Amino acid sequence: MSTTVQRRRPRAALSTWLRGGGLSTLVFLLPMLVIFGVFSWYPIVQAGIMSFQKTNLVTAPEFVGWDNFARVLGDPNFLIAVQNTGYFALLALLFGYPLPLVAAVLMSEVRRGKGLFSALAYLPVVVPPVVAVLLWKFFYDGRPAGVFNTIIGWVGIPPQPWIQNAMQAMPSLVLEATWAAAGGTVIIYLAALTSVPPELYDAAEVDGASVWQKVWFVTLPQLRGVLLITLILQVIGTSQVFLEPFLFTGGGPANSTVTVLLLIYRYAFQNSLGGNYGAATALSVMLALFLALLSLVYFQLTKRWSS
Amino acid sequence: MSRRSRPREEDDRSIVSTSDWRRPRIRRTFGALHAALLVLLVVFGLGPILWLAKSAVTTTQDTLRDPMALFPSGIDWGNLAAAWNEVHIDVQFLNTIWVALGAWAVQLLVATTAGYALSILKPRYAGILNGLVLATLFVPVVVLLVPLYLVIIDPPFIHTSLINTFWAVWLPAGANAFNILLVKRFFDNLPREVFEAARTDGAGSFRLFWSVVLPMSRPILGVISVFAIIAAYKDYLWPLLVLRDPAVQPLSVRLPTLQRAIELDVYLAALAISTIIPIIFFLAFQRVFLRSAGLGGAVKG
Repeated sequence: MSTTVQRRRPRAALSTWLRGGGLSTLVFLLPMLVIFGVFSWYPIVQAGIMSFQKTNLVTAPEFVGWDNFARVLGDPNFLIAVQNTGYFALLALLFGYPLPLVAAVLMSEVRRGKGLFSALAYLPVVVPPVVAVLLWKFFYDGRPAGVFNTIIGWVGIPPQPWIQNAMQAMPSLVLEATWAAAGGTVIIYLAALTSVPPELYDAAEVDGASVWQKVWFVTLPQLRGVLLITLILQVIGTSQVFLEPFLFTGGGPANSTVTVLLLIYRYAFQNSLGGNYGAATALSVMLALFLALLSLVYFQLTKRWSS
Repeated sequence: MSRRSRPREEDDRSIVSTSDWRRPRIRRTFGALHAALLVLLVVFGLGPILWLAKSAVTTTQDTLRDPMALFPSGIDWGNLAAAWNEVHIDVQFLNTIWVALGAWAVQLLVATTAGYALSILKPRYAGILNGLVLATLFVPVVVLLVPLYLVIIDPPFIHTSLINTFWAVWLPAGANAFNILLVKRFFDNLPREVFEAARTDGAGSFRLFWSVVLPMSRPILGVISVFAIIAAYKDYLWPLLVLRDPAVQPLSVRLPTLQRAIELDVYLAALAISTIIPIIFFLAFQRVFLRSAGLGGAVKG
């Protein structure tokens, strides 16, 4: 074994390393080292460096200190983007957090045809996200003959402008995002519900607990871990929302749906003459620091709950 | 993760017990709640998809005038053919399959070889590498967007732009720390005696990997495959940046640009065609999908 290798001469160490399979180990590590090196580790380091540089693709990058960060923080759109992203995350929690929990608890009590329920709940998740957004964009047609306007017309509600109105745009985006994602959360909760130890319910019944009391005092406390994890995952996900604002509204109307990621995209890629890569990386580094903090909490929690 | 063995049928109880269930009031309440839930799931979950299916074979006129009516002027099957043959969704469709297959292959190669080296061969520096891989889990993809784009424009060693080639999507897909984490965990739990036995029989590292470890790891390879293919099918922003030429674009990137270029009924038919494949896959492999989705919440971390 390698622990018995004595350091007499370097050549002997090298040959024992070779004979011990050191080379074939390296061969197995090679795909990972190349792929992670070029497409993960290097760009991550580069992001940190570039956020302090002025980069155009013609001349050599030049260090500019905190200029990029100052540029981003001074952008009037920055505060708007942060607020909008926070608003999206908040609405997504209000729409999409309690609903799957209620659905999952009810579904776990279905005696026959449980598969049908979970298949129906998961179906929207299977629809490609881009298709879902484009489809809902058509649903949100603001004409009186639009799909949603026709439907709300049946109960006498006048036609709404939906995504064409600065007040209604963001809730409309969140509604679609919730439709597209809620099924996944339901399935996660269903899996978590089956791992609640049955003895706890037996014990609660011995104490004369009603169904409602069992939900409140046994099920929910047992789900606490999973609930916290989905909460953090959802916040991490919604902080990086891009697809909905990009495809539905392009950030409008009146900047009401500009999000942080959309702003990064605009800095880097919207100007055909070459993007402001410095500002884009500076903003993404700031976002990353915020998210890393969240994932650190998440990682600590999963470690605790799974041990 | 503590994986509970599947309880026997009679142990497999939930919140409402069998004796609760016999009480008429509870029976009625839950029956009503379940019926309501089913209706809601059909209306909100299935409804939009059914509407898309209907509109894919409805004329533009009908869809614009009364979007909720059922075929006022007959079914128009021509939309589907037009989307496939004239708008050439078939090209994007094939591209989507290529993108997904390549990304899947790269991810499997990286995850299995790395998992094997880190978990079973275990060189002395395995801990450091493992830490470096895990560290990337904390870095959101947003950070990579710009620097990775610049790597694709001018990659090291080869120095020819990968823009408009599938490699630009395939190779970065391989840098997936979550896959390596899953595979390494799975390998960690394989019985060591089998490896010792194979080694005493004279199997080298490659033989051990190919003939012993890989055949044993089918379940985890299935999970990674599902994740990889779904992710490739869903991805939008990255392929949008690196696949600029419509001839190499997958469906997700092409569809939004079609919106203004073609007639509404054909456009909706194109959306429907893009949706039908994943739905068929889902219905055929429901169990795998739902298990992976449940795993997503339970295993991560």
